[in-house]
Amino acid sequence: MVPRRPILSLPIGLLFLLPALFFVAVFLVFPSLWVLWISLTNQALTGEAALRPQFVGLANFRYLFDPENWAVRGYFGNALRNSVLFVVGSGLIGQAGLGLAIAWAFHRRRGLLREVLYTLVILAWIIPDVVVAFMWVAYLDRDQGTLNALLSALGLGRVDWLIERPLLSVIIFNTWRGTAFSMLLFSSALAMLPPSYLEAAAVAGARPYQAFRDIILPSIRSHIVTDLILITLWTFNTFTPYLITGGGPTFRSEVVSIYTFRVAFQHFEFGRGAAVAVVMMLINLTLALAYLSTLRREARAR
Amino acid sequence: MTVIRYVLSRILFAGFAALVGAFFALPMLWLTLAPFNARGTLAVEIPRPFTLDNFQAVFANTFAVRALGNSLILAGGTMLVVTLAATLAAYALSRAEVPYYDLLTYGLILFSSVVTGTAAMVPIFLLANALGLVDTYVGVIMAFTGGLLPTAIFILRDFVEGLPRSYEESAMVCGASPWRMVWDVVMPLLRPGMMVVGIWAFVQVWGAFLIPFVLLRSPERMPAAIAIYSFYTEAGTPILTLTSAYALLYALPVLALYLFVNARYGFRFFGGIKR
Repeated sequence: MVPRRPILSLPIGLLFLLPALFFVAVFLVFPSLWVLWISLTNQALTGEAALRPQFVGLANFRYLFDPENWAVRGYFGNALRNSVLFVVGSGLIGQAGLGLAIAWAFHRRRGLLREVLYTLVILAWIIPDVVVAFMWVAYLDRDQGTLNALLSALGLGRVDWLIERPLLSVIIFNTWRGTAFSMLLFSSALAMLPPSYLEAAAVAGARPYQAFRDIILPSIRSHIVTDLILITLWTFNTFTPYLITGGGPTFRSEVVSIYTFRVAFQHFEFGRGAAVAVVMMLINLTLALAYLSTLRREARAR
Repeated sequence: MTVIRYVLSRILFAGFAALVGAFFALPMLWLTLAPFNARGTLAVEIPRPFTLDNFQAVFANTFAVRALGNSLILAGGTMLVVTLAATLAAYALSRAEVPYYDLLTYGLILFSSVVTGTAAMVPIFLLANALGLVDTYVGVIMAFTGGLLPTAIFILRDFVEGLPRSYEESAMVCGASPWRMVWDVVMPLLRPGMMVVGIWAFVQVWGAFLIPFVLLRSPERMPAAIAIYSFYTEAGTPILTLTSAYALLYALPVLALYLFVNARYGFRFFGGIKR
């Protein structure tokens, strides 16, 4: 066999890569390295610390992890705790769980009902952030909101969702917002299963939940791992709860992304904001490496 | 026994489908009714009286209309830069023997998932500040382009890999320069892939809030995502008639693009297409 000559010579290839590499280097790679330096300074927006930021060592990180006020509302520990609850509640349980349930319920079903439901779930995913935020502020409103109207029609009391249960509200919101990804991923994973697997189980007299546990779950395990890692990564980094509760009241729904924003762009303490960004990127890095290693394992298994 | 089980499973399925439908549809109802209601309301109610005046009032507001134009500039600009740069890069990655290919692709995926808008808002703002790009369209477009390019390149690389090499080989035999070959042979064949990436990039920027919120200052450059927060009374309560009409107008292009993609290609999705 004649070895295939590459169609583009190396210099031309590099020339074609140049524009993309420029943008990625300047606006993705450089900021991620620069933020490491900023996190070690007292960089501010105005005054002396803006022009000549001073090196302050690990002071910003010590502030974040200061055990004295660590878990106090409005501090970093509180934001981290809220983020964990938010990721577990809305990402892992909400989006992945509901997405798998929908994909499983509509597995091998076609027709109008499926089309309508899938379209609704996808719409919730693609409508712009601020529009869904307004929809949910209206939906959860204490006096006029649709949810409370339904609850009181059922004889249950009204709840001032955004004031009394702010974190639960954004968790339910984010489940609604992002289930589509898991649903679509699991639907395509289930569609790739050979039908004979389930038929064999049915012949052997397996109940649906037994078939689900013993056949479906093991066969789509790698998809589940992929889904959980990506969902965790995205949910941890989302800023949309800010548009619904602003992180309040009294920081009760302040997740890490909102905390970064407040410290950097409302208090203008960029050094401290950069330190939060470094912690965020370390968490992201761990998740991304886990994701890439599962991808590699899959590629090797194939 | 099996009949009972069958009936039970049908009931269970119908109940589940109804709950899921209600969970996803109920929050959307408000946006389908409130824009046509002459009275501003957060409730879901039949518009009484039904009116289109809210839209007229929005169109009479020059600031609001200009903001939709700004969204178009930012989303369209990013779409063009991302699609062109990603096409060239994906083509080079597929057709030239790029050294450190594995390291390069690995690094691209890694950086694009680690450096998200929320993690990078501080350094991106300071970088734009240092380069004098705060409060410019160019700054916002470049910041988005850097973040979206890695994913765009990977989507397009799959499309390039699917092209038969014979077209390019014949073009080469006929003496076409590499640039002509890409422009006249490859790009027309890649149009579906470029369309997918372009629409994806457009929708990402059209709907984005945080980066323009951080990077832009002057009201006349604000995109719709931020301008929507300007329909407030002196007392600080939102004017719901205008806000809801504006929200619907602002969401329409995304809905139209979804319908278009769904009809044309089927709504397939690629790994990390939505972030």
